[in-house]
Amino acid sequence: MAKPESTKSPYELLVFETGKKYDLPLLLNPRQIAEQRKPAILPGHRLCAGCAAPIIVKLASFAFRGPTIVVTATGCLEVATTIFPYTSWAIPWIHNAFENAAATASGIESAIKAMKKTGRLPYDHIDVVVFAGDGGTYDIGLQALSGMAERGHDVLYILYDNEAYMNTGIQRSGGTPQFAWTTTSPVGKVLPGKTQEKKPIADIMVAHRIPYVATVTPAHWVDLIRKVRKGIEAEGPAFIHALSPCNRGWRFGTELAIEICRRAVDTCYFPLWEWIRGKGYYLTDRSLAIARNPKLKQPIEKFVELQGRFRHLLKPENRHLLKQLQEYVDMVWEDLLNRAANAPK
Amino acid sequence: MAVAKQIPHVPPEKQILMSVNGDEAVAYAVKQSLVDVVAAYPITPQTIIVERFSEFVANGEVHTEFIAVESEHSAMSACVGAAAAGARAFTATAANGLALMWEILYIAASLRLPIVLAVVNRALSAPINIHCDHSDAMGMRDSGWVQLFVENSQEAYDTTIQAFKIAEDPRVLLPVAVNLDGFFLSHTLEDVRMLPDEVVHEFLGGYRKVYKTYVDYLGKEVELKLDPANPLSFGPLDLYDYYFEHKMHQVEAMKHVPEVVKEVNEKWYELSGRRYGDGILVPYQTEDADVIVTVLGSTAGTVRYVVKKLREKGYKVGMVRIRLFRPFPFDEIREVLKGAKVIGVMDRAISFGSYGPSFLEINTALYDLKEKPLLVNYIYGLGGRDAPPDLIEKMFMELLEIAKTGEVKEKIRFLGVRE
Repeated sequence: MAKPESTKSPYELLVFETGKKYDLPLLLNPRQIAEQRKPAILPGHRLCAGCAAPIIVKLASFAFRGPTIVVTATGCLEVATTIFPYTSWAIPWIHNAFENAAATASGIESAIKAMKKTGRLPYDHIDVVVFAGDGGTYDIGLQALSGMAERGHDVLYILYDNEAYMNTGIQRSGGTPQFAWTTTSPVGKVLPGKTQEKKPIADIMVAHRIPYVATVTPAHWVDLIRKVRKGIEAEGPAFIHALSPCNRGWRFGTELAIEICRRAVDTCYFPLWEWIRGKGYYLTDRSLAIARNPKLKQPIEKFVELQGRFRHLLKPENRHLLKQLQEYVDMVWEDLLNRAANAPK
Repeated sequence: MAVAKQIPHVPPEKQILMSVNGDEAVAYAVKQSLVDVVAAYPITPQTIIVERFSEFVANGEVHTEFIAVESEHSAMSACVGAAAAGARAFTATAANGLALMWEILYIAASLRLPIVLAVVNRALSAPINIHCDHSDAMGMRDSGWVQLFVENSQEAYDTTIQAFKIAEDPRVLLPVAVNLDGFFLSHTLEDVRMLPDEVVHEFLGGYRKVYKTYVDYLGKEVELKLDPANPLSFGPLDLYDYYFEHKMHQVEAMKHVPEVVKEVNEKWYELSGRRYGDGILVPYQTEDADVIVTVLGSTAGTVRYVVKKLREKGYKVGMVRIRLFRPFPFDEIREVLKGAKVIGVMDRAISFGSYGPSFLEINTALYDLKEKPLLVNYIYGLGGRDAPPDLIEKMFMELLEIAKTGEVKEKIRFLGVRE
């Protein structure tokens, strides 16, 4: 059978020629990005309309500095970007299992080191980036992630947090916020959705004292690209927590993911910060503005009101629950203000 | 005029003689095999392998990246990542550790990654028990791995090196598990002859060479690995429209394993002067035997001793050690067993509610014979229970009695268990 001739398509692969030294400059100007960068994820994937995950991946890939291998945990992003014989990935990509993205990345990073040591790596460096959901990070994958961090593998781990097991159909995870409805934390006659609070995953990663930890949202995209680049450039493990609103699971319109990200930051439900080893916490972007001008801080209703998963909180009989959520958000925000080196004291 | 090379190419006096235990023999084999990544977690009786290997790393004797992972699940996961990136990868475990790896064993095999795993056979919990049986290995028999069982530490050394050669053969491209009996081999000193480093390097063809194939969307032949110059996706979602065909690739790959194991066994013989039967089965005194016992692992030594003793007394007995358990050598074992009157199948594991795992295979192998030997399954040695010569002899005497009477009273017997 004749081998098909290669045709130029809009679905261009992101190819890094061997033997070249790559150090792509960080671009933050949209026109320059459009002209000079190719995304790692290509159109045609089957993620839901309005999903934030591919936006996060696309923005993150604009920050890549050169040859990069991506590892994805089992989840929405994995199943919807690769259904054999198709793939949306323009760069080398691997999915192993649900709980082991960090361990898989550890193996890849070690292979790269061994090859470099023996003169078999045809590049100056290859970066390793993980994308994993909240289930694969907060819950089933936490052990592998902690191990990777403790061992110091030079891997950037990006959590896209849609706050429940969305791939299996909206079951609660360690990343689900308190009082959110999910199919395994339903709002019933006696229980008001999830009764437990959201696990402070980024702080857990800070506690590992790895070089770099940050939070991002796709709405604050310049902040996101900057932080991803810092995470890649950090020598050793880096962890980025990206909020990834899910219209199916959070029950909102497909046009609202970015607006919800803005409100998550404006209400201080999801503050933007980075933690640098040896320097500490720094607020960034909108969260720094709120710290400087507390009047900008919005009440939690502004975040909750757009989402069906919190609908029950707006009922008069549940005002106390909303108050409790507000108190939790305020407590976490105050704590962050106390810790952040650049917050006005 | 070409001069035929002497066999072995490396005469015994040029081989390095060391007194090591089975675990150390494996560690030295890995040291010589130009392994890029070792990811492992400690578990008795495997731990000595990673301890010795850590020393090689600490002393700069290897280029290997050693990942002291936080679990066996991550050990196999890291090996998958490393092998997908083009590295030669190794890990070792036992019992519960192997059970924890179970999910990723299937993934390693299905991604066709030539990882080598030393399984230092140990009983599974509960009750927790650190001693030898084969219940751990039998739990992975359907995972798509090639499984080899060794009899002694010399063979553990030889087979570990051979395993890389078998796994990376383009006809195979499957992960290989080398099984050695916990404590009986892992912790017992033995004289082991090792080949010089450069001979092993040459045998393996240097560092791992990644299999190349034509990829349509790249429009060229590329190495099947994670390569920024030739981006490929590994481990995609694969549903009812393709999954079955991919499983057929694994079925096909398994068919090539016996010939490759045989070739590698012969090549190793030319270098070292050592071979293990044809690489698949190691028969002893089977040709005219009325009673043949089949066995896996280190117990073969004891069985061989008893066969020798009984032969001296005039009993027509023999044994066959099964070295390659997956893929199971149905045709080969049928050829060895077909003339016997009675076969005793020794299993150091049991499938609860069924028989021992190798008994089921041998039953299947013999079904097509017109004149079938009688079969008895002997479950023995669970949790490290010893199987001394007098116990093996008792089994042979039972089997000889069956050969005489033609009557099998109990198809499954439990050898060495208190009533």
